Amino acid sequence: MTTRTIQFKIYRYDPDKDAKPYMQDISVEVDSADRKLLDAMVKLKAKDDSLSFRRSCREGVCGSDALNINGKNGLACLTDLKSLSGTVVLRPLPGLPIIRDLIVDMTQFFKQYHSIKPYLINNDPPPETERLQTPEERDELNGLYECILCACCSTACPSFWWNPDKYVGPAGLLQAYRFIADTRDQATSERLDNLEDPYRLFRCHSIMNCVDTCPKGLNPMRAIGKIKDAMVRRAV
Amino acid sequence: MKITQRTFDAVIVGAGGAGLRSAIQLSESGLKTAVITKVFPTRSHTVAAQGGVAASLGNSEEDHWHWHMYDTVKGSDWLGDQDAIEFMCRKANEVVIELEHYGMPFDRTDAGKIYQRPFGGHMSNFGEKPVRRACAAADRTGHAMLHALYQRNVRANTQFFVEWMALDLIRGAEGEVLGVVAMEMETGEISIFQAKATIFATGGSGRMFYSSTNAFINTGDGLGMTARAGLPIQDMEFFQFHPTGVYGAGVLITEGVRGEGGILRNSAGERFMERYAPNAKDLASRDVVSRAMATEIKEGRGCGPNRDHVLLDLSHLDPKVIMQRLPGIREISIQFAGVDPIREPIPVVPTAHYQMGGIPTHYSGRVVAPRDGDPDAIVPGFYAAGECACASVHGANRLGTNSLLDLLVFGKSAGDSVIEDVASHPKSLPDLPANAADYSLSRLARLDGQVDGESVHEVQLALRRTMQDHCGVFRFPDLLKEGVSEIMAVAERVGRSGIKDKSKVFNTARIEALELDNLIEAAKATMIGAATRQESRGAQARADFPERDDINWLKHTLWYREDNRIDSRPVHLKPLTVDTIELKKRTY
Repeated sequence: MTTRTIQFKIYRYDPDKDAKPYMQDISVEVDSADRKLLDAMVKLKAKDDSLSFRRSCREGVCGSDALNINGKNGLACLTDLKSLSGTVVLRPLPGLPIIRDLIVDMTQFFKQYHSIKPYLINNDPPPETERLQTPEERDELNGLYECILCACCSTACPSFWWNPDKYVGPAGLLQAYRFIADTRDQATSERLDNLEDPYRLFRCHSIMNCVDTCPKGLNPMRAIGKIKDAMVRRAV
Repeated sequence: MKITQRTFDAVIVGAGGAGLRSAIQLSESGLKTAVITKVFPTRSHTVAAQGGVAASLGNSEEDHWHWHMYDTVKGSDWLGDQDAIEFMCRKANEVVIELEHYGMPFDRTDAGKIYQRPFGGHMSNFGEKPVRRACAAADRTGHAMLHALYQRNVRANTQFFVEWMALDLIRGAEGEVLGVVAMEMETGEISIFQAKATIFATGGSGRMFYSSTNAFINTGDGLGMTARAGLPIQDMEFFQFHPTGVYGAGVLITEGVRGEGGILRNSAGERFMERYAPNAKDLASRDVVSRAMATEIKEGRGCGPNRDHVLLDLSHLDPKVIMQRLPGIREISIQFAGVDPIREPIPVVPTAHYQMGGIPTHYSGRVVAPRDGDPDAIVPGFYAAGECACASVHGANRLGTNSLLDLLVFGKSAGDSVIEDVASHPKSLPDLPANAADYSLSRLARLDGQVDGESVHEVQLALRRTMQDHCGVFRFPDLLKEGVSEIMAVAERVGRSGIKDKSKVFNTARIEALELDNLIEAAKATMIGAATRQESRGAQARADFPERDDINWLKHTLWYREDNRIDSRPVHLKPLTVDTIELKKRTY
């Protein structure tokens, strides 16, 4: 079994004992069974159990292990070790308060998600069977419903950094459009009202970091464009 | 240490599918409810379910709940309780339609209805031929479901305690459950959650095996708490090995791949399932397919340089089917196997996946434990649903797509039972015993005070290797005997293990140590159950007892933590309204 040693520089901060954050130099030996960055991080934690990060599914569907890897946001469990050369620099997702090490406080992120009313609104009495939807109508939800709420996109967005309390951010807006696009939802007009504001939607300046960083290959900017289109359409 | 006391009508531990479904019932009914969860709800492992949720909607061809019930009883190798199975199969359409109304983005048929695909063991007309019963959202059904359930809870204003870990059950003098002790991970602070009703929806314990499809968080927390509180755990020897985990990585490849036409092949390129299950072939029950694969590998017909896996071939499928119905599988194959299934087969191997056993419950979600000669005596105040519970609808082997159905049906029924019980006992909260948090505090104090303990990481590796090597797809008498003594030795090591990190702030080392306390209880129950049961049934395949033995072993195993005591409960062979599905030999 071939092994290699990977050098890491990792952002460390434990408010219980550290006066200020520092970058820790640490290395770990990985073998051919270790495919992903998360595998190496689990080995790092075996060496130093105080290294703190979130992780769960280890297959890119739960959204726990988002972090900043060599300057770019991504999921540790979907990042190939082979794609990393030289010293690997790990930092927490940018722009959110840091609880400890690589663990950020996601309260603001989820607050924005909740603000778009992320649930189906349909005030008709529910029928006895499913609400019908053609395959083509259902296809409109592709590229939207797959979001795992990892926050890679919103925390890569300068507009979200400056106004996390006022700008919904790409993740929240992607979900806002997921419900606007759903033929079963009756609240399009209310949803557009909720976003018609100089900050909530219009802080998007098409910087496209969200598209670049999404580990699921989703395109929040296109969704934002479609929300803007819907606003124009109802204005004329 | 300052202990905060919080009071609720109901506390739910776990925010996966079952916990969230219970929470919808309780929040919408107006009961004061707390949901405690180790991870943000949409990070729960329900998110990883892929293929579908079973319901006899009949959207593409004729189907009937009674056929579904027959398949589930047969799939369970007759160890499932037939009253619970009838209850679940009859409720399936209702809970799936509700989910659609919540906004679940199911795929659609041309008629606009919920899309359904075939799945292993699901047949029409009492076992005749495969039927399309698995309601699917591409191959991301669990993800779509978990998010839809969370979203409905946002609408219902459910109160979540996110990144809190429940540590122990609190029981009163009469054995009734009075709530839980829990720790806030961010601060390390301890609270008592006092409640009229406690629902466990803590998921499975699949991390006990070295190679597992399960998330890191699946450490059997509910089982550990239940066992430490002196209550039994049921049927843990029945642990499902999913036929198609990605070779090496363990990541799940849904049975829906075979539902859409995928085929398993050995090193000769042979579709070997034709020999093991002439009728259902690749869509036989999971235990049957996993044993067939293990046999092919054992007999030298495995693939690769070490002949240690088989191949799942989709290359004959229309690439459009793969892109439309199995996009997540393609992503996983490229990420974790380095193959694009449109062109190349996926290397797969049977991989630990699902615990059929768990906390014994009635189909109403109420937890039961034998008392005064009554094998089904209810434990007041205590409810369980989903993978941590054992109703038992899966018996000795679960059919694919019945787990997502289980968590909807029993999550809902546990919620309804709580509403009913709280309404019929409107009295104020029962008194807590003095020092209700002491046991949890002593466990934390041991971790804080332990110096030079063996690392938690090393001990959990030993636990997982012991289970993997001694309690796999096939079970051998000498390995089981050795396995029991080894797992008891690991349990000793767990009690002396230690962490270097003593911080109060988001101490994940401490969380992992507390998880190991739970995982070892689940592992002991599994290994000792497997060594005790002298027959082969469903997922328990004993080399020394190759046949099912209905005379001696048609019963549920109960394991108690104290002295590893083993007891049993009768299987409920009588359904609610229909005739018993009579015992017969199980072939596919």
